[in-house]
Amino acid sequence: MIFAVLIPLLVACFIPTLSKAKNKIHTGIFTFFVPFFIFLYFIRLVGKDFTPIRQTYNWIPSLGINLDFYLDGLSLLFVLLISGIGSLVVLYSIFYLDKKERLGHFYVYLLLFMTAMFGVVLSDNVFVLYTFWELTSISSFLLIGYWHFKERSRYGALKSMLITIFGGLSMFGGFILLSVITGSTSIQEMISQTDVILSSNYLPLILALILLGAFTKSAQFPFHIWLPDAMEAPTPVSAYLHSATMVKAGIFLIARFSPIFSGYEGFFITVSLVGIVTLCWGSYMAVRQTDLKAILAFSTISQLGMIMAMLGFGTPAAVFAAVFHILNHATFKGSLFMIAGIIDHETGTRDIRKLGGLFTLLPISATLAIFGTFSMAGVPFPFLNGFYSKELFFEATLDLESASLLAELIPYLAILGSIFTFVYSMYFFFGVFTGPKKLNQLPKKPHEAPVGMLLSPIILVLGVILIGLFPNMVNAPFIQHAAEAVNSNAEYHKIGFWHGWDFTPLHMSLIVVALGIVLFLTRKKWSGVYKVLPGKLSFNRVYDGLVNKLDTYSAGITNSYMTGSLKLYMSLILATMIIVTTGFMLLTDGFTISSNNLADITIIEVSIVIIMVAAAIATIFTKHNMAALLILGVVGYGVALLFVIYRAPDIALTQFVVETITVALFILCFYHLPKLRKTDDSSGSKTLNAVLAIGFGAMMTLIGISAYSTNWFDSISDYFLKTSYKLGGGDNVVNVILVDMRGLDTLFEIAVLGIAALAIFSLIKLKKNKEAE
Amino acid sequence: MEIIILILSGILFATAIYNLLQKQLLRIVIGTALLSHGAHLFILTMGKLKTGQPPILTEGVSDYTDPLPQALILTSIVISFGVTSLLLVLAYRTTQENKTDNMEQLRGKANE
Repeated sequence: MIFAVLIPLLVACFIPTLSKAKNKIHTGIFTFFVPFFIFLYFIRLVGKDFTPIRQTYNWIPSLGINLDFYLDGLSLLFVLLISGIGSLVVLYSIFYLDKKERLGHFYVYLLLFMTAMFGVVLSDNVFVLYTFWELTSISSFLLIGYWHFKERSRYGALKSMLITIFGGLSMFGGFILLSVITGSTSIQEMISQTDVILSSNYLPLILALILLGAFTKSAQFPFHIWLPDAMEAPTPVSAYLHSATMVKAGIFLIARFSPIFSGYEGFFITVSLVGIVTLCWGSYMAVRQTDLKAILAFSTISQLGMIMAMLGFGTPAAVFAAVFHILNHATFKGSLFMIAGIIDHETGTRDIRKLGGLFTLLPISATLAIFGTFSMAGVPFPFLNGFYSKELFFEATLDLESASLLAELIPYLAILGSIFTFVYSMYFFFGVFTGPKKLNQLPKKPHEAPVGMLLSPIILVLGVILIGLFPNMVNAPFIQHAAEAVNSNAEYHKIGFWHGWDFTPLHMSLIVVALGIVLFLTRKKWSGVYKVLPGKLSFNRVYDGLVNKLDTYSAGITNSYMTGSLKLYMSLILATMIIVTTGFMLLTDGFTISSNNLADITIIEVSIVIIMVAAAIATIFTKHNMAALLILGVVGYGVALLFVIYRAPDIALTQFVVETITVALFILCFYHLPKLRKTDDSSGSKTLNAVLAIGFGAMMTLIGISAYSTNWFDSISDYFLKTSYKLGGGDNVVNVILVDMRGLDTLFEIAVLGIAALAIFSLIKLKKNKEAE
Repeated sequence: MEIIILILSGILFATAIYNLLQKQLLRIVIGTALLSHGAHLFILTMGKLKTGQPPILTEGVSDYTDPLPQALILTSIVISFGVTSLLLVLAYRTTQENKTDNMEQLRGKANE
């Protein structure tokens, strides 16, 4: 199984080399074989007696993160979809993309995406799943922005990136919680510990986080906004990523985890509600669109909502219908995207207002579109697979296990959503292929597409018809296993076309068709409703506003304190220091004062202290350079005198010398420096400065006093005193410490002085401006 | 006495900070000098004041003051001297180059 994940990646490495030959052979031809062979490999596993396969490859065993692959019915369905539609899309892209495009880039991104998608659906390890999940986001970002010179492409790529990565990260949080609670990183192991998870207090949080991931990826309301903008991607990408595979990753995730959550009422309410709202909103909005791909995008949103809702119902019938519809939707939506691409390619526009009457010009595409759109609409013909899944959907809405109000409402909402689905499907088909020809409005003269381009939609439409004619052919060997993987009670469910006249889902279908025809024909009359709803209520507006506001506010916050004023930074640093330190002292009751160990107070010391205090305070008020110098000298010599009194001859000496040199230096500089001025600060600013200064001084004093009062350990200086002569060979203990016991300090202190001297020298000597002259 | 010295160093810190918060470069240099004085006194006090003889080994004396804080202060004096003098020269050069000694006006150039 690992090769399914690795082969696309490996081939992607060689694509740049292969694409060098682009003038001879289209790069897509090499690429085509990758998904095709994977498809052939996996198709042989389909059968009635399919059993899950598990494989493990070590990656980070110490963290329990290994490449665990697990292939059950659900994974098999997705693997076949990814590889099958993948080969068709590559085939289509060979004819769609010109050799002048940067094909190497395109196919590398596409293969990267394939790897990621195979990884997502095959992983059994949540963290590996997350890794591949983000890889799908990244490769999708690259593919949407493929035509990076277009502003809309970049906008769409960024939007999808932001939204899906947001969801991905939430999901990651959910996975971490799950793995902590269960003590395992394997999904199957988690499923076996369902009771543990369901009884956890974090259950709502886990569910919310994982659902966020699934909803953003699968474009559920209100995170659907990225999908219409992702239509800026080349059409093969839209067909592949944004209809058949990536947007179903969220569906896959819900399906994968529903054995755990389906017993929880919150899961039913959230998933069904979001799904059904997405169904209605997406189909309602699709009718309004004028761009073919935008119609299909909203249609995808609404169909995904339908699948999501069915997974939310969680009943065996609903799960079966959901899985069946995943397959059906992939077939008809893939083909419709390809047809939209053909129309774009052959007429030069995708604007439905400019298109019309193309049936005779593009007969094959039109025929294919009939099947696609009618299947999407769920028209009751026995050869359309969309009808079966729609009927199963209606059936599922009718027998919900929950007795809540939501369960009562769901059938009506389902009908509502389906009516609009019918309307936009008809609009898509009849708007493009019937009506008056508007050839003069088209940039190109339309003619039928080349056979190669039609090949993929033909195969997909054949799939639509075959599943439509023989639904039970795929059912027993294939859909059945997938449904069982989601809900173990999902027994074999025979799909039939006719259940008799008194079958309620049939009535619902007929209501949908009848009302749909009426609404479609009167479309122009009620289109004013869009001015009321959504009107100005647009989620794009919310998103744009959010992104802009985030920009403005973060810039505002940064600008508010990063003003470039050193004084402000200094004040902030000091304020933080004071608040944190005193706050901590207050909280821990840290202040202590004790009168033990205190030296006597003598008059001479006190008078020195008083002089120093007076001098220090005077520095603030002095306005004359010389006065400032003298005052500073007084403080310095005062410190030196205190050193003398406190039996520190060496530092007293140094202090005297250093103070003298400093004073001399000040004199030198004062000559050149501007005169000291009275501060021109406002009184408020002065008060703030004073508060900070006094606060800091008081804080340091308090720290000093409490530190002095709490004497935990004796000094280690006894050792220095004892060994100074014996080991150091000197009587002067301070000097022995400086050069012998802690000589390294001295070495670097010398270095500091040397560096300072060099710096001063270069500051004075090197003048950039003069050099330039 | 320790408490008085600690209060003194607190006052030195306070005046130093007040000077540091001014706009004139020279006041900031003065503030730095005061701050280092405060710190030195602080370190000295932590090692107890006046409990014995100076830490120079002499016959018959067993009670010395703590030599370790003194060694630390000595290192610190030299370093702060280096820093203060560099700062002074820097202030001098800044004023000369930019024709101002007001911190609020020293904000770099627009294209930097």
